[in-house]
Amino acid sequence: MSAVLKLRINNTEHSVAVEPDATLLSVLRDRLDLTGTKYGCGEGQCGACTVLIDGKARRSCLTPASSVGSAHVLTIEGLEKNGRLHPLQEAFLDEGAFQCAYCTSGMIMAGVAFLKDHPNPTEAEIARGMNGNVCRCGTHPRIVAAVRKAARELKESQA
Amino acid sequence: MNTALQPGVVIEPERYEFREPPAYDFGLQRRDFFKLLGGGVAVFLIARNAPALPQESGRGFRGEELPRDISAWLHIGESGAVTVYTGKVEMGQNIRTSLSQAVAEELRVPIGSVGLVMGDTDLTPFDMGTFGSRTTPTMNLELRRVASVARDTLLQMAAKNWSVDEARLTAANGKIRDRDTGREIEYAKLARGQAFAKAVVESDPLTPASQWKVAGQPIPKVDGRDFVTGKHRYTPDLAPAGFLHGKVLRPPSFGAELVSVDVSAAKALPDVTVVHDADFVGVAAPSVEAAERAAAAIQARWKEVPQPSSRELFEYLKANAEESEGGREGSPRVVGSPDRALAADQRLDATYTIAYIAHAPLEPRAAVAEWNGGKVTVHTGTQRPFGVREELMQAFHLSQDQVRVLVPDTGAAYGGKHSGEVALEAARLARAAGAPVKRVWTREEEFTWAYFRPAGVIEIKSAVASDGTITAWEFHNYNSGGSGIGTPYAVPNQRIQFHPCKSPLRQGSYRALAATANHFARESHMDDLAHLVNMDPLEFRCKNLTDERLKAVFQAAAEKFGWGRTKPEPGHGFGIGGGIEKGGYIATCAEVAVDRSTGAVHVVRVVSAFDCGAVVNPDGLRNQLIGANIMGLGGALFEAIEFANGKILNPHFAQYRVPRFMDVPSLDVVLIDRKDQPSAGAGESPIMGLAPAVGNAIFNATGKRLRSLPMAPKGIKA
Repeated sequence: MSAVLKLRINNTEHSVAVEPDATLLSVLRDRLDLTGTKYGCGEGQCGACTVLIDGKARRSCLTPASSVGSAHVLTIEGLEKNGRLHPLQEAFLDEGAFQCAYCTSGMIMAGVAFLKDHPNPTEAEIARGMNGNVCRCGTHPRIVAAVRKAARELKESQA
Repeated sequence: MNTALQPGVVIEPERYEFREPPAYDFGLQRRDFFKLLGGGVAVFLIARNAPALPQESGRGFRGEELPRDISAWLHIGESGAVTVYTGKVEMGQNIRTSLSQAVAEELRVPIGSVGLVMGDTDLTPFDMGTFGSRTTPTMNLELRRVASVARDTLLQMAAKNWSVDEARLTAANGKIRDRDTGREIEYAKLARGQAFAKAVVESDPLTPASQWKVAGQPIPKVDGRDFVTGKHRYTPDLAPAGFLHGKVLRPPSFGAELVSVDVSAAKALPDVTVVHDADFVGVAAPSVEAAERAAAAIQARWKEVPQPSSRELFEYLKANAEESEGGREGSPRVVGSPDRALAADQRLDATYTIAYIAHAPLEPRAAVAEWNGGKVTVHTGTQRPFGVREELMQAFHLSQDQVRVLVPDTGAAYGGKHSGEVALEAARLARAAGAPVKRVWTREEEFTWAYFRPAGVIEIKSAVASDGTITAWEFHNYNSGGSGIGTPYAVPNQRIQFHPCKSPLRQGSYRALAATANHFARESHMDDLAHLVNMDPLEFRCKNLTDERLKAVFQAAAEKFGWGRTKPEPGHGFGIGGGIEKGGYIATCAEVAVDRSTGAVHVVRVVSAFDCGAVVNPDGLRNQLIGANIMGLGGALFEAIEFANGKILNPHFAQYRVPRFMDVPSLDVVLIDRKDQPSAGAGESPIMGLAPAVGNAIFNATGKRLRSLPMAPKGIKA
C-alpha cells in the first residue's frame, strides 16, 4: 500500500515509504522524527503545523505528502544555520514571545515567510499576516514585537 | 468594613476543580516494580505545613494522605549542578523559571546551575496538582526554604572542615568564603560523597524580597532556546521505538449507550490491534492514517438519549437547581438584613448569563503509554500527575509502584487538564498491543470530550442610597461556581448564595474558575449602580471600598489609562472593572470601538494594574497579565460552546472563535510590586477584570448593557 517518496527537507534528501493518504505533517513527525512541527487542529485553522514549501508558508496538516514533489520543505529544525539561530528565533528569545510555546514553531515559520514578502511591516500588517496562527496563551503582542525586531535585524544584516 | 464577608475569601467550596471517577475499569494486572530513583549526592527533605485546600482538591487519593514530611527535594551534584524535585508541572505559566529563581536566590548559586525535575511520580514528591494559583504562594516558598536549609548545611560543613566559626563564612555564587582568610570552597566539593536528610522548620529565615538579587528579576525562560528551535518534546512528540498510534471509538452523542459492535473488519487489517473491553473500543496501528482507517472500519450501534440544547440552557439550569437550603455548598451567607435594606433605597435588579466555553489548549490531550514487567509508564500532559497515577491504579487495579506518570512541559492547560482519560486510553491499548502506544486527541475530540467551564445564571438584587453608598447586595449564582462570589465592597446587608445545578455538559476547572463570571456580573452591576446615582464608575467603586490594595490597583489602572482626563471619541467607550481573588488584586480599564453600521465590537486598548505581593519575575508576570487579558477577550466577546441533543455543534477552530492577532488590543500593564507582602499566584486572577471592563465600555459607547457572556458573538444588534 505504501509508496516510496523522495522528499527534500531542510536541504537533505529523504526516501520515505508513506501511505498514499499520509499528510506531510505525519511524514515529518512520524517517519522523520521532525517533531518541531506540531499538530494543533488537523484542519488548517491554527497554524501550528506551518512549514515553508519553496519559501511559502503552508499548512503541513492539509498537504498530502505525495503532492510535495521536488519542492524544498523547510521546518523549524532547518532554520538554524551553523549553530546560529535565524533572526526571528533570536527575536522570539529576546522578546520572550512565548508561554507554553506549543504555537512557537508554527509562528516562527509563518513569520519567516511573512518577512520575505513584508521586509518593513507595520504592526497592523503583522497582525493581518499572522492572523491564521493561533496562540491560546495570549502572547500576540510579543510575537508582533519579535517579528518587527527580526525585520530590523534582517534589514541591517543586508545593508 | 463589615467582618462577616472578607473580600477575597472564597465562601463556597469550589466544586468545579475537576473530579470524576475513572472513565474505564480494566482488570487486574500486578507485577513487581523497580525503583527508578538513583542516589544523589545530597537530598534535603522539607516538612509540608501548608494545609490541603478543600475547595481545590482533586479526586480523593486512596490510601495516600497528603504526606506530612516531603514536598520537595534538592540535590547538589558533584559537578555543582543543583537539581530540584517538585511535583508541580510547567505548562506555560513559567514556573520552571520562577522556581529556579527562588532556589538560586536562597542557595546563592547562578540560575544556570539549577535544574528542575517536575511532575514525575517516581522521582518527585507527591503533589496535589498544579492549579489554583498555588505554585507561587506555596511551592516557591517551600523551595526557598529547602534551598535556605541547604545553604545553611553547606555553611556548617565548611565551618567544620575548616574548624572555624560559621559566622565568618558567607555563601555566594556556588561557593563558601571565609571572610577572614579569603579561603573559598565550591559547593560541589563540599557535597562530594555526602548525603543529607534534614527537615525544614517553619521559622527558617528567608531572604526578604527587598534583598532579592535573582528572584524579583526579569529572568528569561530558562530553556527558551529549546522552544524556538522545536527541540522541546511535548507529549505528542515522544516517539519510543516501535510505538503505535491509538484511536478510540467515540459515541455519536453524550450518554449514548453501545448496543452492539463489530470489530471484525478492523481486526482484518494488517498490523492493527483492536481492543473491545466493556464500553471501551479502540485500535492501535503503526501510522495515524492506518489507525484512522481501522477505527473507521468498526461498525457500532448506539442507543442515543434526548438531551437539552444550548438554546434552552439557562432555563434548564434554573429548573435543575439542586435543593440547597441548609446544604453545605448551597446555604446562603447572610449579613445584616438584606430584605429590609432592599426595600429601603433605590433598587436595581438584573440577571446575567454565562455560556459554556472550552479551554482549547493548542496541545491537545495526549499520552504515550508503555508496559514493562507489569509496570506502566505514561507520559502525559496533565496538571495532576499524581491524580492521573491514581486513575491508572484504579482502572488497571495496580499498586502505586506499578504506575509511573511523567509530565513533559506541556502546551498549556488553563484548568482543562485535570483528568486522565487519555492516559487510560493509551495504557489500555498499549497493554493489548504489547508495544508503546501514543494517543493524541484530535481537535474535535478536544472540543467534545474534554470538559467545559461551567455555564451559569447570576441574579443580583441591590439597593443604593442617593449618596452612592450601596446598602443591600443579594447575589445568586446558579451552576457557574462559588469562586469570587463574595463582594469586595463594604455592604452592610448581604445575601450571597451559590446554587449547584444539574449540568447538561461535563464541566470542570477553567482559569480563575467562576471568578470571571462572578466578577463580570458584579462589576457590570456596579457600573449600572454608579449611573443610577450619577457617579463616575471609579469614584463610585472607591466610595464603597475599604480595601486599600484593591483601591490602589483601581487608581493605578485608571491613572495609566487616563481615566477622567480624556473623553472617548464618538463610537468609542471606556469601562473599568476589577476585584480580588487568590491573593491577587486586579483592575482593568478598556476602550472599545463599536461600528454603528455593522455592530462590530473592537477592543482598542486595555490597561491592567495588578498587585500579587512581591513580584518573583516581572517579565513572566507581564506575560501572564497580557495573556490573561487576551484569553479573557474570547470569553468576553465571542467564545461559546453550542450544543444540541448531546452533540457539540462547533467543535472546530473554524466555528469556535478564539482570540487572534487582529482581535488583540493595545495592552499595557502596571505591576504593583509589594515587597512587604507574600507573593501570590498570578496565572488566574488577572483574567477577571477584562469582561466587565469591556462590557462597561460597550455601555459607555452605546448605552446598551450586555449581560450575557459572550457579549457580542456576532457584534451588537442595533
